[in-house]
Amino acid sequence: MSDERIVAVVMPKWGLAMEEGQVNEWLVEEGSEIKVGDEILEVETDKIAGTVEAADAGTLRRRLAEPGTVYPVKALLGVLADASVSDADIDAFVADYVVPAAAEGEGEEAGPSYQFLELGDQRLRYAQRGDGDQAVVLIHGFGGDLDNWLFNLDPLAEGFTVYALDLPGHGQSSKHLDDPTLGGLAKTVAAFLQALDIDRAHLVGHSMGGALALRLARQHPERVRSLGLISSAGLGETIDWDYIHGFVAAENRRQLKSVMTKLFADPSLVNRKLVDDVLRYKRLDGVSETLTLLADTLFANGQQRERPADGFDPAQVPTLVIWGEQDQILPVAQAEGLGKGATVRVVPDAGHMVQMEAASTVNSALMAHFGEH
Amino acid sequence: MARTLSMKDAINEALDQEMTRDPNVIVMGEDIVGGTGSPGEADAWGGVLGVTKGLYAKHGDRLMDTPLSESAYIGAAIGAAACGMRPVAELMFIDFMGVCLDEIFNQAAKFKYMFGGKAETPVVIRAMVGAGFRAAAQHSQMLTPVFTHIPGLKVVCPSNAYDAKGLLIQSIRDNDPVIFCEHKNLYASETDVPDESYTIPFGEANVVREGGHCTIVTYGAMVHKSMEAAKELAKDGVECEIIDLRTLSPIDMDTVLESVENTGRLVCVDEANPRCSIAADVSASVSQEAFDALKAPIQMVTAPHTPVPFSPALEDLYIPSAERIASAVRKTVSH
Repeated sequence: MSDERIVAVVMPKWGLAMEEGQVNEWLVEEGSEIKVGDEILEVETDKIAGTVEAADAGTLRRRLAEPGTVYPVKALLGVLADASVSDADIDAFVADYVVPAAAEGEGEEAGPSYQFLELGDQRLRYAQRGDGDQAVVLIHGFGGDLDNWLFNLDPLAEGFTVYALDLPGHGQSSKHLDDPTLGGLAKTVAAFLQALDIDRAHLVGHSMGGALALRLARQHPERVRSLGLISSAGLGETIDWDYIHGFVAAENRRQLKSVMTKLFADPSLVNRKLVDDVLRYKRLDGVSETLTLLADTLFANGQQRERPADGFDPAQVPTLVIWGEQDQILPVAQAEGLGKGATVRVVPDAGHMVQMEAASTVNSALMAHFGEH
Repeated sequence: MARTLSMKDAINEALDQEMTRDPNVIVMGEDIVGGTGSPGEADAWGGVLGVTKGLYAKHGDRLMDTPLSESAYIGAAIGAAACGMRPVAELMFIDFMGVCLDEIFNQAAKFKYMFGGKAETPVVIRAMVGAGFRAAAQHSQMLTPVFTHIPGLKVVCPSNAYDAKGLLIQSIRDNDPVIFCEHKNLYASETDVPDESYTIPFGEANVVREGGHCTIVTYGAMVHKSMEAAKELAKDGVECEIIDLRTLSPIDMDTVLESVENTGRLVCVDEANPRCSIAADVSASVSQEAFDALKAPIQMVTAPHTPVPFSPALEDLYIPSAERIASAVRKTVSH
């Protein structure tokens, strides 16, 4: 049945909860030549809007999905094939295409979407995907959670065993913090790695999570294969205090939304559901106190108190720095904070949440970086 | 951890977590343990529909089965609140408020005002509201407007499990008397509910659906009927914005006005009887504050001005339906 010359463009599955998505618009014309990584169409879920990128090259022979229509995950949206493939073959492919059912069966195979680990009096939530030989650990930033890696977790799991955790005080992990310093958080992450028997890993940190990864690499260089620092704290002196303070202080959707739009180059990505999820997190008992404590300890008045980059030698742990050019939280100039030893990749048209806004660029840069080390 | 919970279980969990957090939280009401004289075992009934089931086994004598004397135990709860406890009194059906109304509107609602702001009355009175349960005229009323009318009371009416837990925890921690209205037909409805404690502030409406053609303001079970109507209307290209008020006193008129300024059209949906209802109240405020934004007369969809009928056929007609809401929207949109 399957014709290898024909590639299906399907509704992606961003996160385990996603069952359907709405096609907003096509970004390329029928007949266009597509390269791997090209943005083909825009899809919106109740969580976030994103773009579907080409996983294979070819000519876009068919645009099947109608803008404004909702399709189930894996539904056929378009067809890529070389010019040599006949229209009849493509029509046959489209006619024969069946949306793979068994999202439930898959869920069972893949195990639970999240797991919990008890570490002393702390409970940590984490996700684990893939079964590659090397481990990748994703560490989110201040006020974030493992869903910040929604567009990265599964693509990276194609080649690696990928872990993403909720730091203490965040997501669905315990909300109390014994030690609100980078050292204190790094201790928890080190214990997390130990508990899961992860001897050596590629550490990827976003924002505050980057500073944490850097701190861990300095303490335990033998356990860190490589570092991926995304719009990372710990490399420069300042951070936007209006954002940090505004995020902690925001009490309702309106206040939070105006703060969160700073995270993206394209503020329209901050939809109601995204804000609602963060608001729900902020309203859990203990969160406000913990975020206040962390903000005051690490970033008081916009000064980064801890600079794990100082004295760090990227020759010891290969380091890739990725930054959104439009970052409003940590200025893009800080990408150079590690000097010449680190590889720096600045992504245009992306803000602080570059791993969401330019997911495929970030994913392929990380995959290439891991492959070299 | 987020998991799916029914509204009934979410209310139970809120009570359990607040009783665990604060020893001053006590629960009293008719049959809330297992019926007077029962041993209060874990399998005891736990209220007329089982909302407080299992709490006695965990918190023991901090739950009290009271005699069938609403004025006595509601009065006792209000007195205990004035003396520093945080009682949650369950009144079963809100229809029984009549026999204890003096304690509520003349005592609890007035203490802070009459004692120069020095007295707090952190009492929560939980009661089932709403029709559709085949429970006849004395067990089916939507009396939310009666309490919303009285200064000094806060009135809450959640539409889903997530809101119910957060609003009940907020009600228990609040220092004023709160009338917490639970629609019995929503007890089984499920949403994601975090297992940790959280609060939802009073006076914050929730926009449950965005749309540019018509604003629907509602609360409680009518949120779901309105969503049903909006789905039908969307097929014809009419996009409704639905506002779930969540708390009726205080009321979030800012969110309502902002939406009406955008859509220019308003349909108020209320399961209460029409006169002096929440729908009438919102309509009056909007016509006063945002008259220039309106492109069509405001529509109200409410129950009729009659008692709730016992006949199932008539009861179904009494409750505002998705069809009635949709036709009200069509009327305002085509004006």
